[in-house]
Amino acid sequence: MSKASSSEAVGPTNSSWPLWEVFVRAKNGLAHKHVGSVHAADERMAIEAARDVYTRRMEGVSLWVVPSSAIVASDPKETTELFEPAADKVYRHPTFYTIPEGVKNI
Amino acid sequence: MTEEDVVAENPILHHALRLGDDALILGQRLSEWCGHAPMLELDLALANIGLDLIGQATHFLNLASEIEGKGRDADALAFHRDVLDFRNCLLVEQPNGDFAQTIARQFLFSNWQELLMREIAAAPEPRLSAIGAKAVKEIAYHARFASEWVVRLGDGTDESRARLIAGLDWMWRFVDELFDPKDGAPSLRADWDARIARTLAEASLELPKPRRGIVGGRSGHHSEHLGHLLSEMQFLQRAYPGATW
Amino acid sequence: MYTTELKDKNQKSAALSVADEDPEKLAAFEARVAADDFIEPKDWMPEAYRKTLIRQISQHAHSEIVGMLPEGNWITRAPNLRRKAILLAKVQDEGGHGLYLYAAAETLGISREEMIEALHSGRAKYSTIFNYPTLTWADIGAIGWLVDGAAIMNQVPLQRTSYGPYARAMVRICKEESFHQRQGYEIMCVLAAGTPEQKRMAQDALNRWWWPSLMMFGPPDDKSPNTAQSVRWRIKRETNDELRQKFVDVTVPQAEAIGLRVPDPALKWDEARGAYDFGDINWEEFYAVVRGEGATAKERIQARTSAWEDGAWVREAAATHASKRAMRLAAE
Repeated sequence: MSKASSSEAVGPTNSSWPLWEVFVRAKNGLAHKHVGSVHAADERMAIEAARDVYTRRMEGVSLWVVPSSAIVASDPKETTELFEPAADKVYRHPTFYTIPEGVKNI
Repeated sequence: MTEEDVVAENPILHHALRLGDDALILGQRLSEWCGHAPMLELDLALANIGLDLIGQATHFLNLASEIEGKGRDADALAFHRDVLDFRNCLLVEQPNGDFAQTIARQFLFSNWQELLMREIAAAPEPRLSAIGAKAVKEIAYHARFASEWVVRLGDGTDESRARLIAGLDWMWRFVDELFDPKDGAPSLRADWDARIARTLAEASLELPKPRRGIVGGRSGHHSEHLGHLLSEMQFLQRAYPGATW
Repeated sequence: MYTTELKDKNQKSAALSVADEDPEKLAAFEARVAADDFIEPKDWMPEAYRKTLIRQISQHAHSEIVGMLPEGNWITRAPNLRRKAILLAKVQDEGGHGLYLYAAAETLGISREEMIEALHSGRAKYSTIFNYPTLTWADIGAIGWLVDGAAIMNQVPLQRTSYGPYARAMVRICKEESFHQRQGYEIMCVLAAGTPEQKRMAQDALNRWWWPSLMMFGPPDDKSPNTAQSVRWRIKRETNDELRQKFVDVTVPQAEAIGLRVPDPALKWDEARGAYDFGDINWEEFYAVVRGEGATAKERIQARTSAWEDGAWVREAAATHASKRAMRLAAE
C-alpha cells in the first residue's frame, strides 16, 4: 500500500470511515478483479476487512484496496466519443484478413 | 483413579484438553458479539476469529476424546463436563465487556497462544503438531488483528484510551496463569513480554502494573463467569439428554 | 435474506412518478432496460428508479442485518460444535450480505450512516419475518428451511435485476446462500426423526413460521401498486403471487418427506393448475407487523440501535487514530 493513499482516504476527524474498493486475485496468473467495497478507518483495516468480507470461501490469494475517492471514472456521457470510434477499426481483429484455404499456422 | 489423575498421567490428553477448552471458551465468548459489533465489518471479523477458535476446539477435543478412549466424543467433552473439569485459562472466560475489553483479552491471549502453538506445531507429538501447524496461521492473524486494534484504541480518543486501559486492567490479573511455573508455559514469558511491550509502546500506553496473578483455571477452579457461560452453552444437551441434533 | 418492498398500507407514495423526466432520456433508459442491459452507477436514470432502488436495496440490507438477531439468539446455545460453527458462519454470511447491499445502495448516492439512521428511526422498513421470536432450536431449522427458502426464491431472479451493483451483489449472495437453506432443512430432518420432544419442537416451529414465510413475498399483486413499474424496470422480475405459489409448491413436499404437517387446512393439490391451492393469508397481521407491531419489533430495533450507539466511540477512535497517523506521516 502506498503512503499517499492514507491521507486521502482518512480525511478530517469524524466517526465515519471512508469507503474502499476491493480487488481480489483469485489465483496467481489472473488479474485482480473488483469484488465490492468495505468501510475502514485506515489501509491496514481495509485490507483486513476485505479479507474478512470477501475471501471467506477461498476466493483469493491477493488483495488490493483502493480508496473509493481515488478512483477516476470515465463519464457515461462520453461513452460514445470514447468507445464508439473503436467500432469501425475492424482491421485490428485477425478475422478481418483473408488467407488462402489450407494455409496453416498463421 | 480420578479424572484428574488420568489427565495428569497423560500429557497429550492434558494438552489437548487445555488447548481445546481455551479455544472453545474464547470462541463461545466471541460468538456472543455476533450481530452486536460496532461496525458491520467488525461483526465479520470477530465471527471469523470465533470460527477459527471453534474449529481448533473441535480438533483438540476430538484428539482428547480419542486418547481418553472412554467413548466421550468432542461434543460430550464440550457439553457434558461441569466447571471443575474444564481446563481453560481464566483469561478466556472473562466477559466480553465493551469492545476495548474484548480486544484486550484477545491481544493478551492470541499473542500467548501464537507462541505456544508455534512450539506445539514443532513438537514431536504428531497428532498435536498437526493441529498446531494449522492453528498457528489462524492465530497469527488474530494476534495481528488485536494488536492493531490496541494501537488504534490506545492512540485514538481519550475515551478509547481510557476504555482500553480499563480493559487491560481487567484482564491483566489473569496473565500470570499463562506462565505459571507449575502449570503454565514459563519459557514463553520473555517473548510474550517483548511482544506486548512493543505494541503497548506503539499505542503510547504503559505496561499495566504487576499485581498478584489469579490462577486456578488449569485445575478446574474458575471464575464465577464460567458457570454461566456453560449453563447457556450446554442448555440443550442438558435439557434433552440422549437426543441427537 | 430478502425483503419485499414494504410500506404501511396507508403510506402513500404509490408508484413514484416519472412525469418530470426528460422524455427522450426516459425513453432511451426504458429501451435499455427492456433490452436487459444493465444500468451502472454513473448512468442517467429516472429519479423514481433511483429512489425505488435505494428503498428496495436498503430494506434488503436492513433485513439481512436485523435478520442476524433471531438466529444469533441461538449461536451461544447451539447443541453441538458442528451446529455452532455452521450457525455462526451462517449468521456471519447474513452480515456480509447486508454489507454487500449497503455498498450497492451507496453507489446511488446515499451513505451507510444515512441508511442506518433511517432504520433506527423507524423510517426504513425491513422484512416482517424478523419480528417473530426464535423460541426453540427448531426455529433455527425453520428459518433456514422456510425463510431462506423464500429468500432464495425471491433473490435468484434478482441476479438479473437491471441495476448492475445490485445484480452483482445478488450473484454473490445467492452463491453464498446455497448452504443456508440446506442446513436449516437438515436441522428439521434430524428433529423430525428425533425424540417426541424434538418432533414437537419441529412441528411447532413449522406451525409458527409457515404463514409469516408466505407473507415474506409481500402483498397480493392487486394490492402492490409498484409492482408493474418495478417489473418493467427489472427491479423486480416476478410478481409476489407468482413467487409465493412457487414457494408453496416446492416446500409442501419437503414437509411431507419428513413427516411434518403444513398448518393449512385448505391446502390441496390442484391437478388442473398443477399447483397447490392454499388458504387465505392474514394480511391484517402482515400490515400490523409492517407498522412495527411485531412481537419482537422493539427488541430488534433496540438491539441494532444499542450496537450502533455503543460502537460510536470505537468508530470515532479508529478515525481519530487514522488522522493522527496521517498527520504524523505528513510531518515526517
